[in-house]
Amino acid sequence: MDGALQQEREERFVARISRRSIARANPITLALAALALALGAISFLIGPARLGVGELFSGLFASHGTAAIIAREIRLPRALLALVVGAALGASGAALQGLFRNPLADPGVTGVTSSAGFGAVVAMYFGFAAINPLVLPASAIAGALATSTILYFLSRSGAERTALILAGAAIASLATAMTALAMSLAPNPYAITEMVRWMMGSLKDCTLADLALATPPVALGIVLLMVSARNLDALTLGEEAAQSLGVDVHGLRRRVVIGVALATGAATAAAGAVSFVGLVVPHLLRPFYGYEPARLIWPSSLGGAALVSAADIAVRLIAPDGQLLVGVMTAMIGAPFFIWLILRMRRET
Amino acid sequence: MSAALTFDRVSAGYRDRPVLSGVSVAINPGRVTGLVGPNGAGKTTLLRVALGLLDTTLGDVHVLERNLRDWSREARARAMAYLPQDADAHWPIAARALVALGRMPHRASFAPLSSEDMAAVEKALARCDAAQFAARRMDELSSGERARVLLARALATQASILLVDEPAAHLDPVHQLRLMELLREEAAQGAAVVVTLHDLALASRFCDEIVVLQAGRVISQGVASDALSDRVLADAFGIAALKAAELAVERLPIIPWRRL
Repeated sequence: MDGALQQEREERFVARISRRSIARANPITLALAALALALGAISFLIGPARLGVGELFSGLFASHGTAAIIAREIRLPRALLALVVGAALGASGAALQGLFRNPLADPGVTGVTSSAGFGAVVAMYFGFAAINPLVLPASAIAGALATSTILYFLSRSGAERTALILAGAAIASLATAMTALAMSLAPNPYAITEMVRWMMGSLKDCTLADLALATPPVALGIVLLMVSARNLDALTLGEEAAQSLGVDVHGLRRRVVIGVALATGAATAAAGAVSFVGLVVPHLLRPFYGYEPARLIWPSSLGGAALVSAADIAVRLIAPDGQLLVGVMTAMIGAPFFIWLILRMRRET
Repeated sequence: MSAALTFDRVSAGYRDRPVLSGVSVAINPGRVTGLVGPNGAGKTTLLRVALGLLDTTLGDVHVLERNLRDWSREARARAMAYLPQDADAHWPIAARALVALGRMPHRASFAPLSSEDMAAVEKALARCDAAQFAARRMDELSSGERARVLLARALATQASILLVDEPAAHLDPVHQLRLMELLREEAAQGAAVVVTLHDLALASRFCDEIVVLQAGRVISQGVASDALSDRVLADAFGIAALKAAELAVERLPIIPWRRL
């Protein structure tokens, strides 16, 4: 081929690549960030106490008074935790789907969140969390790590994608049963009344301490997933081809498993097992990011943050008395979506 | 001329199933080497050993005259490109993005594609006649088009050794011929090309050298007419071949020969 034509091709390629990243992906990422922020702000403004926007915002910086307490200790942690939990679940879902090359892999569906919930419940109701507040997230992270490690070995031994999801569903049921068992046996008399909250996930009554405990592991987990992102792209070609491209596939699996366990575990320790966020968000965003797993992780965490905030706003608008849990909302959206996704995959194959 | 890839009495296998035993082969640059043999003979295993995907139990592999063990993962990935059997894309990413994955070994961890990378991607696409559908998603392409894109991914690495596992299996005749021509072009530019093939007509016609594997051993190697002797065909494959000189038979075989 002659040089001029080659040159022109290259220039067109550069133009297309830069158009793609500047004109197509970034506005959507920016819009997602703006949406998450806006929903976070709305979430902050919603609650049973009738306080105006001005009162609430000045309450954030006031040293005393009812508005200050409500703004800083009730509304702010809840609004921020919704964002943190959603970001954790969205990024975890995108990374798991990339790792297993399976659009159905979601931390909820595969039992990672319910195992984290089990870990949290054991720490909480058997007095371990009283020893040190860090025990609660650590125990939830350990639960999540156990399940994601099992999934990792299943996928390594060549489990097909449906088999992997079925195994995950079995683990989820088991973890939920173990959670119920643990709560029934717990010495704490209130345990049983809080069971639903752990199993479905709720942001009600969360505190600044919850937020402070959840945020660092979630952030660390998401960073770990983002660092692994490019290698997930190589997995698109299959494991052996990825290895032939210099990817340390075992190290990649380890990093993703740990990243997902950190993010999902810490989020679940704070809010219980909120499910389907990691399934719905990456799936909706995937076409906008060229189906490339690497580009999807960060937008999925923004989208997850927006979705959980929206769900938490919705439950408070629908049931201002606080009887509706945020996880009920995400499951009501997510479960039908999951079924639709399975039907569509069956049609494709 | 020094060999690009040598196997020196290599034995390898899986847990309790030895596959290769004492394989010695030298792969030369500038040539297409065809790896043939019946199913389970160890063709894919030999490629996996060369790539470091499977360790040898005995013997050594040298890549560009350096022991495979002394190569870093990244350098090895730049030296050898691999197209696995039944390769496909697990996500419907754009063809061009898929080909760009072939540049991974050349890129630093978070660096974007350099202009050199982009040039290599475009060149590989053009070589494989895939430039016209480079912007399309993999699931929108026909299987012949997908195979070309996947090969372009391997070529984009610009490795000096190209290992291709059974690339012709699912292609129609015209694409099979085009693919073999492409491999020959790569070799003509100096690459050492190793290709496993079931189709002996393609192998004997397009490969400079044939290595016949049977039950994990090399039973013959050399130019096709020597390596695929009647005795080898009978022993390894259990077949007798029709040679061109004997074509006075009732039903003439049709062999796809040339692209139009």
